[in-house]
Amino acid sequence: MASIADELAKKQKEISVSEFFERNRHILGFDSQIKSLIMGIKEAVDNSLDACEEAGILPEITVMVEKVDKDEFRVTVEDNGPGIIKKAIPNVFGRLLYGSRFHAVRQSRGQQGIGISATVMYGQITTGKPAVVVSKTGTEDVAWRMEIMVNTKKNMPDVLKEDPFIWDGKEHGTKITYHMNGRYTGGKQSVMEYLKQTAIVNPHSRITFVDPDGKRTTFERATDKMPPATKEIKPHPSGLELGTLMNMSKDTKNKTLGKFLQLDFSRISDRLAKEICDKAGLSMEVNPAKLNLEEQKRLLAAIAAVKIMAPPTDCLSPIGANLIKKGLRNVLDEVRPEFYAPPVTRDPKVHSGNPFLIEVGIVYGGDLPKDSQVQILRFANRVPLLYQQGACVVTKSIENTDWRRYGLEQRGGSGIPFGPAIILVHVASTKVPFTSEAKEAIATLPELQAEIELALKICGRSLKTHLNKRETKSKTRVKFEIVQEILPLIAQKSAKIVGKPVPKLSGSITKIMNVVWIDDAVTFEKGHHRVRVSIYNYTPQSQKFNLHMVLPPGSFDYKGLQFFPTEVREDGKVSWELPKISSTERLDVNFSLTGLNKDDYDENEIYASGINPVFIIGAEPLPGDWDVKGLQITESVEAPVVEEEEEEVDYDESKEALNDD
Amino acid sequence: MTDDENKAVRSLTDIAQSIYDQIDSGRIPKMTLPLRTKGNIRFDPKHGVFKYGKATGARSAKKVNGALMLLRTMYVLEFIEDMIATSKSSTLREMYYISEGWEKAKFSSQDESNLLAEDLEIVTSCMREDLKLRAEENGASIIGDIDITEMDRKGRLKRINCRDDVGDSGYGIPNNVEKEKVQLLSTNAKFVIAIETGGMFDRLVENGFDEDFNAILVHLKGQPARATRRIIKRLNEELKLPVVVFTDGDPWSFRIFASVAYGAIKTAHISEYLATPTAEFVGITASDITNYKLPTDKLTDMDVRALNAELKDPRFADEYWRGEIETMLKLNKKAEQQALAKYGLDFVTDKYLPEKLTNMGVLR
Repeated sequence: MASIADELAKKQKEISVSEFFERNRHILGFDSQIKSLIMGIKEAVDNSLDACEEAGILPEITVMVEKVDKDEFRVTVEDNGPGIIKKAIPNVFGRLLYGSRFHAVRQSRGQQGIGISATVMYGQITTGKPAVVVSKTGTEDVAWRMEIMVNTKKNMPDVLKEDPFIWDGKEHGTKITYHMNGRYTGGKQSVMEYLKQTAIVNPHSRITFVDPDGKRTTFERATDKMPPATKEIKPHPSGLELGTLMNMSKDTKNKTLGKFLQLDFSRISDRLAKEICDKAGLSMEVNPAKLNLEEQKRLLAAIAAVKIMAPPTDCLSPIGANLIKKGLRNVLDEVRPEFYAPPVTRDPKVHSGNPFLIEVGIVYGGDLPKDSQVQILRFANRVPLLYQQGACVVTKSIENTDWRRYGLEQRGGSGIPFGPAIILVHVASTKVPFTSEAKEAIATLPELQAEIELALKICGRSLKTHLNKRETKSKTRVKFEIVQEILPLIAQKSAKIVGKPVPKLSGSITKIMNVVWIDDAVTFEKGHHRVRVSIYNYTPQSQKFNLHMVLPPGSFDYKGLQFFPTEVREDGKVSWELPKISSTERLDVNFSLTGLNKDDYDENEIYASGINPVFIIGAEPLPGDWDVKGLQITESVEAPVVEEEEEEVDYDESKEALNDD
Repeated sequence: MTDDENKAVRSLTDIAQSIYDQIDSGRIPKMTLPLRTKGNIRFDPKHGVFKYGKATGARSAKKVNGALMLLRTMYVLEFIEDMIATSKSSTLREMYYISEGWEKAKFSSQDESNLLAEDLEIVTSCMREDLKLRAEENGASIIGDIDITEMDRKGRLKRINCRDDVGDSGYGIPNNVEKEKVQLLSTNAKFVIAIETGGMFDRLVENGFDEDFNAILVHLKGQPARATRRIIKRLNEELKLPVVVFTDGDPWSFRIFASVAYGAIKTAHISEYLATPTAEFVGITASDITNYKLPTDKLTDMDVRALNAELKDPRFADEYWRGEIETMLKLNKKAEQQALAKYGLDFVTDKYLPEKLTNMGVLR
């Protein structure tokens, strides 16, 4: 009699990977109609961007979504990438877990090679139609068109049809067309939003989208510079897990422990390998494949105990502060943000042996909605994350930061803050620790969270500085309006009514203002930045002080200057010793910057020295580390003039009851 | 130029002179005005009305609002002096539109220009008519057996009986009801009843309340205009007629009564011309709501705030009003005058008013 175990064993049969994913499609993110459509496009676009980057081509990608009937859509994604050789096409699009990057330690968008073939599979499950792939490499004269389906039983591609043809006007590239059941929507989680965010963090790409209504939107590229190619590196030993170590020591081609440590890991020198072996009580010469569990554990402990240099960082591709700003600017132009906080790119750190780095950017003001939660843009290796915001370490780090200190509203100092802002966080890593295969949220690792919070705080401080500056400026601007426009009119009118000459205003003006006000502007024309710094002395005394600015090094133009700077340093620090400015007089310092792109310079950084800082608005006191040479700094210590008038009730703000009786 | 006009021009020029001198001597120009708040109205025993107290506020060029108001003041001064010189006058609304041409000094709302006109009345102690500024006709009216004469546009005195010579809408109260324009001759009426709403005014007219009870009906039309309050005051002073006020039963109606009887906060500088201290409140009182079981509405948040504000208003600082306000807050209900129609169209004239007026001793 067959035992129950035998019975059960008959039913237990191997299921293929594709069959498994077919039954568990949510693991890949295909769990709703709206989402499936986005996920499919995301996989195709990720592949295109990766392929272009590897080949050093500036990406040009077109995404088209067409409605076939109520639920069915036809999606086409075309790139100008290097193309795929004929032999490889079926496997790339018709076989799950086939890919070139699974074992590589370097930063790339796709990692597992599930994506695009899963899209093809999902399409065929929901519509019964094969995907059509067209690809041409630069070296071939013909392109190949193939109709591909995934054989889910065997996890192998079925090629239904293949034809060579001449792809008119196309030098190289790939185009995939597939049918899929889905739902097309707009809003925060949509194809449009995904492409828009992709454009922000890939400013070197040009992305065109044609929506089901035929409306065409193009995100132009903001730079012609490719991101530097990333290098493959060996795993870094810090944070290594026992299982990984055991696998690596079994698979290694190196026959001695010393060589294994040196050659299969990054940042382990001969000397360090010896130190580790000594600590672990193992010989440099043992065969790593023969280590027992006990020895493996000792080895791991020894690795953790020695000091190892941070991993090389050329395996990571940060977007860079400059390009984050450009990307944001390029895409967000229509909401006219008032401020782009200088983006922060942190130095690389390591989690479980994988280098990672954090980048943060904040955009503030303009037409961004004022009383809703800030918008969070999450990116992993330049790929936007649209789902599972709440489960992501990025969101947790933002919630954990006290934004009230940086000028955003936040109840109780935790949670997602409110205000007209967008917070962008990019996590770049050779291995982004996603919470699931759908790659929607990044796991909360303490190393990651600490770095993100640090970067958020640095960026938050710039935001706060800007907001403070804006507030003092707007307060002063209001007074400026009084003394420049309203007061002169009052004087003229009153003089006319009483029939006397217009009185001098200087006394009243200096009493209202009692500051030196610095107003500045940058304009860009004909390849030059023109900078104007206007200094209004609205104090009752004449003032003499020094002006300092930080300019892009080497850009200062000596032509046509009225006031020559006393010093122009190589690092871009420029100082002027200004002439005496009499009470109620104005002095303009004008100069040009040459050889810069428009976006390279848009906000003046102005400092003043030799004057009591309480009298100055529009310039910061010179920081102590400026290290001024050749300038006479005599900090004049004058107490501010005390206002003699006692506080009176403001008549126009006291009429609370007038209209309700 | 008349004496009044001379006085007005002198006072206006003084304001400009003061601003000029302040700038000339290097100070921040400002004007000092009595605060027009409920915290700064005091009972004036001499006139029996509420007037502004001693608290003052400054309109200073230190702030943008103040600076703009000073600039507007200069424009308004010039405008008024021009009108006096050319024997013209303008409505407050016209002045608001005139300011369209004042660029920076343009008023941002008519409330603002109206308030500034009042400010000038206060500072110059001239009436707005002396400053050549008029309010728009607001359509309030009188019906009742009283003979008056009114100077018409052609300078002729027209004799009018406000019951027999007028249509259903009554005698329209003109903007200027001073003696040179309107004279009160004689009346057989025994009292004046001032009514808040048009609906109730019409009801009393249709029911012949004026004839049946020898009353003069005055339509207040909501918060009464100056001319309406002034003519009530004159009816009371010159013809010795008692005045009663009949309004809705809600916090805003209490304020209507207060402005008729005690003086409005906005115009407290001329309360002695406008307020009738002996005027009495008929209703709808808070206790009417329960006594007559009237249909009601719940108090809104704004109503509750208004009632609480009234508890701090010196004009309501007596036992009667405190009781009314607190009862209304406790009931959490308000009622309209016309809610009396619950008992039929004649109830108000057959029962409610006779009953209440007899209790008050107005009717015997």
